[in-house]
Amino acid sequence: MNKIIEKEYFSEKVVKLVVEAPLIARSRKPGNFVIVRTGDGGERIPLTIADADTTRGTITLVVQAVGFSTEAICALEPGQTLTDVVGPLGRPTHIADYGTVVCCGGGVGVAPLLPIIRAMKEAGNRVVSVLAARTKDLIILEEQVRQYSDEVIIMTDDGSYGSKGLVTNGVESVIEREKVDLVVTIGPAVMMKFVSLLTKKYEVPTMCSLNTIMVDGTGMCGACRVTVGGRTRFVCVDGPEFDAHQVDFDEMLLRMRAYN
Amino acid sequence: MNEELTSRDAQWRADLRAALSAAQRTAIPRAKMPELSAEYRITCNEEVQQGLSREQAMTEATRCLDCPDPGCVKGCPVSINIPAFIKNIQRGAVDDAARVLKLTSALPAVCGRVCPQERQCESRCIYHKMKKEPVAIGWLERFAADNGGKDGLARPADISHKKINGIKIAVVGSGPAGLSFAGAMCALGYEVTVFEALHQIGGVLKYGIPEFRLPNTIVDDEIEALRRAGVTFHTDVVIGKTLGYDDMLAQGFRGIFVASGAGLPRFMGIPGENLNGIMSSNEYLTRVNLMGAGTPGHATPVLRGKRVAVVGGGNTAMDSVRTALRMGAEHAFIIYRRSEAEMPARAEEVHHARQEGVEFLTLHNPVEYKGDEHGRVTSVLLQRMELGEPDASGRRSPVPVEGDVVELPVDEVIVSVGVSPNPLVPDNIDGIEVSKRGTIVVNDDLQSSIPMLFAGGDIVRGGATVILAMGDGRHAAQRMHEWLKSAE
Repeated sequence: MNKIIEKEYFSEKVVKLVVEAPLIARSRKPGNFVIVRTGDGGERIPLTIADADTTRGTITLVVQAVGFSTEAICALEPGQTLTDVVGPLGRPTHIADYGTVVCCGGGVGVAPLLPIIRAMKEAGNRVVSVLAARTKDLIILEEQVRQYSDEVIIMTDDGSYGSKGLVTNGVESVIEREKVDLVVTIGPAVMMKFVSLLTKKYEVPTMCSLNTIMVDGTGMCGACRVTVGGRTRFVCVDGPEFDAHQVDFDEMLLRMRAYN
Repeated sequence: MNEELTSRDAQWRADLRAALSAAQRTAIPRAKMPELSAEYRITCNEEVQQGLSREQAMTEATRCLDCPDPGCVKGCPVSINIPAFIKNIQRGAVDDAARVLKLTSALPAVCGRVCPQERQCESRCIYHKMKKEPVAIGWLERFAADNGGKDGLARPADISHKKINGIKIAVVGSGPAGLSFAGAMCALGYEVTVFEALHQIGGVLKYGIPEFRLPNTIVDDEIEALRRAGVTFHTDVVIGKTLGYDDMLAQGFRGIFVASGAGLPRFMGIPGENLNGIMSSNEYLTRVNLMGAGTPGHATPVLRGKRVAVVGGGNTAMDSVRTALRMGAEHAFIIYRRSEAEMPARAEEVHHARQEGVEFLTLHNPVEYKGDEHGRVTSVLLQRMELGEPDASGRRSPVPVEGDVVELPVDEVIVSVGVSPNPLVPDNIDGIEVSKRGTIVVNDDLQSSIPMLFAGGDIVRGGATVILAMGDGRHAAQRMHEWLKSAE
């Protein structure tokens, strides 16, 4: 049982939860995720860790209510508990001084991107962050992202904030004006697919973080399998980060709908 | 007290032997296990085998000749004193029979259900020499475990008065190997803590073996007995992730037993295998058994295919195909590349599957899956096979019949072609020696290249049975105990 300490609404359907999990707070690294279960009959769902506070012994999760289980999690209030939180799972992000790194996130993907932005900055990179959402209200964590970025580009579909356009427009504008050494992309699978297609065209190495269907999250079930470079890999133990240019996003998009 | 229960020379036992002649005993037919009808049981998850009645068990126990040099004990991976527990049943002392079992086995109610007795104890029974059916040792074990020694009576006799020695021991994984190790170390006086990655204790006994073959309450009873005996359990802790090896040292653990299992499903690497509707038996069984998918009040989804193909011939394949029937499949197929004679599954499971209406496509091997525009599987192409020369396993190897490929329409496929060791623990412990297959390398004492770290079960064997894992747990406990004493 893990107690919820704080709750903040980023938007109507996106909630930030600060959760008591001292062991995970201590051992997690950027890129790691946890499996969360709520209620006795709850399902196990993967959520990427957005932040951690070792002194308070907490981790931060950002959850978008998209289905039965995420709605149940978003409905929890401070003082209530998540039934299970296990982790940190997955391989952490490879952090190094690449030079210029573009970090682009869509929707709640910005939450798991934040610790990577921070670590990339601390490793000496010039970090350009591109945050994208449908509309202004859905842009999250902008202030925190600014704190660790050399530049922040905001893209909205409806032009209500920043520039009007897709995340790919923002990324492309950076690649066209300066040398980019690495792109990191986290967000909906379809967004990562188009970022990947774009950066492949410019031959900029690109890393994506996949959020597939999982059950145990420890390599046991294989529900999360994806094809990377022609080989079947498990997102939970081989990932969640992969070379985006090698990922078969079309297959992944179909697999995300396995139970719809 | 144990001596009185287990000695063949005890007066009560000699009296039992004298009461009936061998001819009278061997004339008794083997008990018939009461079972739910196939028609009824595929509508629910109730346990298929209902267990022997007290009368049936006492009669079956009478068949045992109480051999002076019993072969059955040699056939048991944990050397249970089989004649002793059986003769206690015969004299009506069911609690004592359970006590005898608990001397060597932490989980007799589990073993009585899932051990392949026909290949172990029962295969060595003297009755075979008389061309008769062996004593139903497995059913008697289950009877004693289920009916004897409730309320902790059957705890290992030496636990209750053993002084806790204050030495902390960690166990990684709470499946059969981990639980049996924990029970044995606890009996030796150690302070045992078990770490489990999932949210429930029991490992494969919970996520893998279905309710209709091994009810969860049976497993929970065994776990509760260990808890009462002093074992501490922590769920949601992944060793190597949540806590590292260094953390374990810092917490003062003097010995670690890794029993993290073979939790990495194998796929065949054939075209179309990532289509929706195709999954590992681990995924399918975990959804249904551990997560309660398909039962009201449980959020985890499960596919309910109408034409379900299960690829493989082991016990897990049988568990999967029989689960599919219970989930409403109209046709449930076993696809196996060899013939039925080579199937690794227990004869009893194959028999039960057939009774329930499972269709067997032996000598067929999947070569490709086809799907629709939504990426959902619609059929499997099967290569027909024939048997050639024996291979390394001693079984005749399957050889493709050139050009003979058939297409089978399916809407769900469960791949049950084996598992590999889970890399999480070995990957996260620096300096531990691992084989090419990913198993932890151990010596005869089950000690790894890191002396304080012992390992057993599938993380060492790469995929075996519950009883072999339990045997490893017991063996490792004894060896770790000796190693710790010698280090003092």
